[in-house]
Amino acid sequence: MTEEDIRKKILQLLKKIAPDREPNKLKPSDNIRHALGIDSFDFLNFIVALDEELGVQTPEEDYGKIDSLDTLISYVKEKLKLLNENRKVQ
Amino acid sequence: MIEFRMPSLGADMESGFLREWRVKPGDHVKRGDIIAEVETQKGIIDIEVFDEGTVGEFLIKEDDKVPVGTLMTHIIPIGEVVNESTKPKVSQENINVQPTPGVHASPLAKKIAAEKGIDLHTVTGSGPDGVITRDDVEKVVSNRIAPEFAKEKSALANGNLMRMAVAAAMSKSNREIPHYYLETKVDMSKSLAWLTETNKHRPVKDRLLPAVLLIKSVAKALGAIPDLNAWWENGLQLKKGIHIGFVVSLRTGGIIVPTVHDAGRKSLDEIMLSLSDIITRSRSARLRSSDLTDSTITITNLGEGSVEKVFGVIYPPQVALVGFGGITDQPWAENGKVDSRPVLTVTLAADHRATNGNMGSKFLIAVKDYLQQPEQL
Repeated sequence: MTEEDIRKKILQLLKKIAPDREPNKLKPSDNIRHALGIDSFDFLNFIVALDEELGVQTPEEDYGKIDSLDTLISYVKEKLKLLNENRKVQ
Repeated sequence: MIEFRMPSLGADMESGFLREWRVKPGDHVKRGDIIAEVETQKGIIDIEVFDEGTVGEFLIKEDDKVPVGTLMTHIIPIGEVVNESTKPKVSQENINVQPTPGVHASPLAKKIAAEKGIDLHTVTGSGPDGVITRDDVEKVVSNRIAPEFAKEKSALANGNLMRMAVAAAMSKSNREIPHYYLETKVDMSKSLAWLTETNKHRPVKDRLLPAVLLIKSVAKALGAIPDLNAWWENGLQLKKGIHIGFVVSLRTGGIIVPTVHDAGRKSLDEIMLSLSDIITRSRSARLRSSDLTDSTITITNLGEGSVEKVFGVIYPPQVALVGFGGITDQPWAENGKVDSRPVLTVTLAADHRATNGNMGSKFLIAVKDYLQQPEQL
């Protein structure tokens, strides 16, 4: 997955969580939860979607690392890279 | 024969539009079946039936605006025979029909006019000698309802009606209920550590949210202090089941308060499932009547990133509302030492007609104690 693919997928998942908002208009450093009015319940659903759609498991202690689009994209990218490497090793 | 009336889906509801009958006269229904869809300020609500039997004749038409308490149909229990003399007649209804001087109208026309607030002087009669018939009045009713329905529907779309309904309920509460307020601070270190540890071993979709611990601790504290689990209706009425109304905010600006039923008896996982279910259905406007009618106390949980405390307005006929602010790191003194802890402020808004501050204080201390022992919840 390219960075652009990841961005598109994330925006699509955010749109599903907050259908009445415009994730496309998020600036790279905006706080996603504040900007889209996402509460802890929505956020948990987003984390579940990341797991189901991309296979990315986000432990709770990492929640602070993914609060903007920029940090979220690099986090997902890094996780996918690790997943790929693990697959190759196996 | 059991009367089936338009239920009150909360203190803020005066009437609803019958959108659709989901059954037919003669159908067999059992407890929990959905009999109709009603449109309210809270969206379209599925109306459940509480008895088993056969559905009687419909006394209300689809798209009618129906005040709370209006007889809609009957449920005839199995084995009960309905003959003509016990069959419901619309004229048996307890509507006070005032004599209308100078007007010739049939009794039924008078009754419908009284129900719908129509001045019979403005109706032209088509019966013998110009007598106003039921059909004449119903024609006026249907002409009047169509634009009113359209107006209310467009207001629904922009959330105004929900705001107005919340405004009415909260004004009533503030006018009639003598509130008293208490607060206490809870060190959430143990609860949060327990939650982190528990969630670590779970797949993502089975993780618990802090709100689940809050709901369970309130339910357990109510078990110990039952006076706050009550309605004030002609005096204090203690409730057996602990059904917790949980304030859900909608991104459109409104709030809705669906119910976590039997929270005292549910495990934390069951409460999480129930919470996910009601939040999802609230936000997609697919609630059932029991979601909105049963709650015996309300919790408002501001959640992460919010201010530290919230003093609520009680949702009548309940007698208490528990408010949880956002958890913030604060200095905390214990055993002669000061350090930083994640602190949660819990407040109680309670009805002074129902309980005293002493009782309220016992309740908050119980909530606090349960939150110190998350493994016991």
